[in-house]
Amino acid sequence: MRQINPDVVPAFPITPQTAIMQDFATYVSNGVVDSEMIRVESEHSAMSCAVGASAAGARVITATSSAGLALMWEIVGVASGLRLPIVMEIVNRALSAPINIHCDHSDSMGARDLGWIQIYSENAQEVYENTLIAIRLAEKALLPVMVCQDGFITSHGVENVEIFDDTDVKKFVGEHSYPYSLLNLKKPVTHGPLELQDYYFETRYQQVPAMEDALKEYLKIGKELGKITGRKYGLFDEFNIKDAEAVIVCLNSTAGTTKAAIERLKGKKAGLLKLRLFRPFPYKEVGEALKKVKKVIVLDRALSFGANPPLYGEVKNALFDMGYNGKIYSGVYGLGGRNIFIEEIEKVYNDALNDELKEHFYVGLRECP
Amino acid sequence: MNYKELAEKLKEKKLASGHRSCAGCGFPAIVRAILASTDKPLVASCATGCLEVTTTIYPFTSWNIPFIHSAFENSAATIAGVETAFRALKKKGKITEDVQFVAFGGDGGTYDIGFQSLSGALERGHDMLYVCYDNNAYMNTGIQRSSATPYGASTTTAPAGKVHQGKEEFRKDFAKVMVAHNIPYVAQASLSNMIDLTNKAQKAFSIKGPKVLLVLQPCTLGWRYPPDKTIEIAKLAVETKFWSLYEVENGKYKLTYKPSKDVPVTEYLKAQGRFKHLFKPENKEIIEKIQAHVNSEWEKLLKLCE
Repeated sequence: MRQINPDVVPAFPITPQTAIMQDFATYVSNGVVDSEMIRVESEHSAMSCAVGASAAGARVITATSSAGLALMWEIVGVASGLRLPIVMEIVNRALSAPINIHCDHSDSMGARDLGWIQIYSENAQEVYENTLIAIRLAEKALLPVMVCQDGFITSHGVENVEIFDDTDVKKFVGEHSYPYSLLNLKKPVTHGPLELQDYYFETRYQQVPAMEDALKEYLKIGKELGKITGRKYGLFDEFNIKDAEAVIVCLNSTAGTTKAAIERLKGKKAGLLKLRLFRPFPYKEVGEALKKVKKVIVLDRALSFGANPPLYGEVKNALFDMGYNGKIYSGVYGLGGRNIFIEEIEKVYNDALNDELKEHFYVGLRECP
Repeated sequence: MNYKELAEKLKEKKLASGHRSCAGCGFPAIVRAILASTDKPLVASCATGCLEVTTTIYPFTSWNIPFIHSAFENSAATIAGVETAFRALKKKGKITEDVQFVAFGGDGGTYDIGFQSLSGALERGHDMLYVCYDNNAYMNTGIQRSSATPYGASTTTAPAGKVHQGKEEFRKDFAKVMVAHNIPYVAQASLSNMIDLTNKAQKAFSIKGPKVLLVLQPCTLGWRYPPDKTIEIAKLAVETKFWSLYEVENGKYKLTYKPSKDVPVTEYLKAQGRFKHLFKPENKEIIEKIQAHVNSEWEKLLKLCE
């Protein structure tokens, strides 16, 4: 965010997001950036200010977690409906009740149909790089972007991050431009009109091709960032998929734990597909990558009560489209920040390879009455 | 400003005709007068409500100035975002003009659901004018009770019936709530006193920081009176001291209009269908209570204006 130097940053404290905005506030206070921070009285106003500032042609970044995202819900949908290129850091945290400040994905998964692009990040390095992509992607697609990371695990974990040269990054993110600014006084625009049965449908439909284009743009922008970072930014990362008999699909930091499990399982046919882009969901690409795998295990850090867990549902859709005839498993883990250990993932792989894995299972859940 | 100057300024039509507000609706004249009270470029935000839905029916818009509607409860936070963007872009040299910011909301979007958003924006000191067109209920959704609905008024969610006689609580004294934010300017105005209204709007636009203008807006459907009586009823509210015209500049109260004679509040009440039930003999007490409340509020106001 220091390198991006956004014009406007509305912020409201919520654990575990607070670390981001506190650090950024010191940049503001010390004149390291010239962003205008708005210390709002709620997340609802954070998103409302973000909408107003973005519609006025400012580059806007905000951040939230859990209940904060839930409180801003209505305006999260307004932001995408108005096609505003806002970037929001989501530090994933469980939703209440019971209240819990630790990581799961129920917050961003609950917001998956609100019209935002969602990028998930394995570690702090990816959060940094995904944020740079998000800025460009939002502005190109005219869609808001959430950059998700695991609360505490990533947000408060201490790890080395390679920071790229300021000049290179500034050049990469470039100058913000927005075609329908409220501050273009020569061409007054009306944002957020009333649209009834005669127009609403068409306006909403336009978000469909916009999302489809965003998928292609993500790859293009990723390629450009790769020139600075030397890394590749696919829709997902693959590890050992080609020869694997069992592949785990998951999001965020658990991908790191899974990689460690795969290393320990040397010689066994275990692979990983770490999804980066969840919205738009790359059905075709995920389906292609997994169609030959005998056993696909989807690990969700969220529940969808009375329905399939969110990531599992999407992967199953992708495989169905491919005429998949292997086995697909759904595992739910880590709600409310419960740790998932390398050994547990090893066991999931072993059980799958030995045909002992249940179709629907939980990892680390104690027996409940 | 005098009427001649106002008529001249209204020619610019920042809010164009052709919108679909009801015949006799009070807010178009209020909004036009306020928009005409500054010569600087304006950006407006508006809460969901009658004003927004009648002026922005896609693919048309009545707004000849930049306009944004986001939701019901966040008109103030939205304009705060626009105003902050303006400061950020001005600092970076991306905009050179001087721009003024105005937010509109009905009483529901101001007194109730938008209260937090407004309070936060005022406390943060954004350079904006917030205008509440107060028609005393949730009119857009069909005349439901708000905290601005007067005691005794019949609404669809607190209707007069055999046991209950309409709203059983007095209105929130919102101007004083605004004054408690220690902002530079708060004023109450009425559609019936147009020059007083534009003078207040002009003054508000000339002051830097957050300003709030509360304007009483009679509603033909909700208050149940013929459309040609709008101005008359607004005038009765002022003359009976039911709605007083005053301003508070840097905490200092000033009465801007003093009715020349005492007109009983029944003159105001009997002109409207929403108070009709109060004139049944058994409801005499309610009317007396309203008159007593008006009297004591007026006395308090006079003291504050000393």
